[in-house]
Amino acid sequence: MTSSSVPKRSRSAMDASAAATQALYGASDPGLRIRSIVFRSALLLSMTVALIAIIGIISWAVVEGGQRLSLGLLTNNPSSFRPETAGYRPAILGSFQIIAGVIALIIPLGVGAALYLEQFANKQRWYNRAIELNIQNLAGVPSIVFGILGLAFIVRGPLDMGFIAAAGSATIALLVLPTVILASREAIKAVPPSLLEGAMALGVTRWQAVWKMVLPAAAPGMLTGIILAVARAIGEAAPLLLVGAATFVTFDPNFWEGGYSALPVMIYQYAGRPQDEFHVLAAAGVLVMLGLVVVVNSVAVWLRAKYERTW
Amino acid sequence: MKELGKEKLMAESASTKEEVFSLDGVNVYYGDSLAVKDVSFPIYKNEITSLIGPSGCGKSTILRSLNRMNDLIPGARVEGDLQYHGADIYGSDIDPVQVRKIIGMVFQKPNPFPKSIYENVAFGPQTLGMKGNLDDIVEEALVGAALWDEVKDRLKDNAFGMSGGQQQRLCIARTIAVKPDVILMDEPCSALDPVSTYKIEDLMMKLKEDYTIVIVTHNMQQAARVADKTAFFTVSSNDEEGSRTGVLVEFDETGKIFSNPADQRTQDYVTGRFG
Repeated sequence: MTSSSVPKRSRSAMDASAAATQALYGASDPGLRIRSIVFRSALLLSMTVALIAIIGIISWAVVEGGQRLSLGLLTNNPSSFRPETAGYRPAILGSFQIIAGVIALIIPLGVGAALYLEQFANKQRWYNRAIELNIQNLAGVPSIVFGILGLAFIVRGPLDMGFIAAAGSATIALLVLPTVILASREAIKAVPPSLLEGAMALGVTRWQAVWKMVLPAAAPGMLTGIILAVARAIGEAAPLLLVGAATFVTFDPNFWEGGYSALPVMIYQYAGRPQDEFHVLAAAGVLVMLGLVVVVNSVAVWLRAKYERTW
Repeated sequence: MKELGKEKLMAESASTKEEVFSLDGVNVYYGDSLAVKDVSFPIYKNEITSLIGPSGCGKSTILRSLNRMNDLIPGARVEGDLQYHGADIYGSDIDPVQVRKIIGMVFQKPNPFPKSIYENVAFGPQTLGMKGNLDDIVEEALVGAALWDEVKDRLKDNAFGMSGGQQQRLCIARTIAVKPDVILMDEPCSALDPVSTYKIEDLMMKLKEDYTIVIVTHNMQQAARVADKTAFFTVSSNDEEGSRTGVLVEFDETGKIFSNPADQRTQDYVTGRFG
């Protein structure tokens, strides 16, 4: 409440009550007040630095690439010699294909692993504790490591899928899977155990109780985790470079065969060209990607607000 | 389930004192620590048996071992002879899931499912694939829990919108919807106001015509009001080992426990000198 919005009478009443408080409890220590001001300013400064970085990137992208924003940017094929009409079509399609594959893989695997760890695994067994610890560590492994893993085991090696979009999907899915498992586990943990007990006391099996009661109650939280993982997957470029997205494709990608590209990889390739026009194109690509991430995150926030439940 | 056949479970006996449960030398462990030691007493059909005693005396532990809810706690283990209509509840051929269907449970804090009132009651019969018209089963259960008149016009409303007492009666309706033989109640009124408590007690007196009820309660007046038999437990601490184990002190007619108990410890507890 600003002081101007407070009528004069009640302001004097507030002064009077402040005086009464002071008479009762004594005057406040000025040293404490200064310290609290310093502390608050330090916190504000930390936030400002983070904010300035984000605003800086976004305004650079808008200033640099805003002029190139058009429908053609999304629908035109890329070109290495005509930057003024080049677009991101195959990269956007490639990103969508990769994301679709990622979602198809992480929902059953992530939710399944989380349900097993939270509801069925005996936590007194050392191997279950070891699995838990490793999943937490995996969530912090640099993405390039997953790129190498994908190259060695998915593109080549045992799976031998070749440099195709499906291999990129599988690699990114492995990368975000630990995050999905951790988020899903938290969502399951937030479901009160009395729900499971209440269902099991009716004589249904543990599986029935988990499937019909715990899973629906945990679903909104799980969904939020999955969407945030997808948002991260959209922006991943490093592992994709290793599993085949590095090719400069000018045709619509096929999920199961042939070269493919992804939005962040395409931006990287345009940005690496010497001509200024391509830098403009790269900045416009950044805007497209930011827009995509904002949309995905907004959906996550919306879902969380819609289904949020207090027990 | 061979020995625990439905016919046997529901068998009517000529005797009015048919034993539903008989406990003989029952020990319950959590991991290595002995939670309740050497408990022996019977529970009779169509009676309300109350388990009373101070905190940590193992009354809830014994209650939860009657329908194998303790199995859900890792490391919990039951030893001794715990029979239900002559069949060992912990026998190797007994399916704990079936035990919980026949021996239902109502919990301390009302725990309705985050669904509609109708779905709360229908969940059990539906999941278990019970025969009959679901609407009729739901209505019968809600009538049985003395809740039908209050909720019949809002069956589709979320159960969380009900009062605490209504929620607890909904939990009772949910339990009787699967047609159990025994209802276990773990301090069912401890989270409720006196009026709701009175309604639940009133309901219990009606329910005991069809069911056998075992209730854990901290409220001695409640035990005195509703129970036919009362078992008094206490804690025996071993200071050398630092262990605390629950033991059964006395089991008798409720009137006798409260007016003329055999054991001095019971006397002290029911007169409020201890606990």
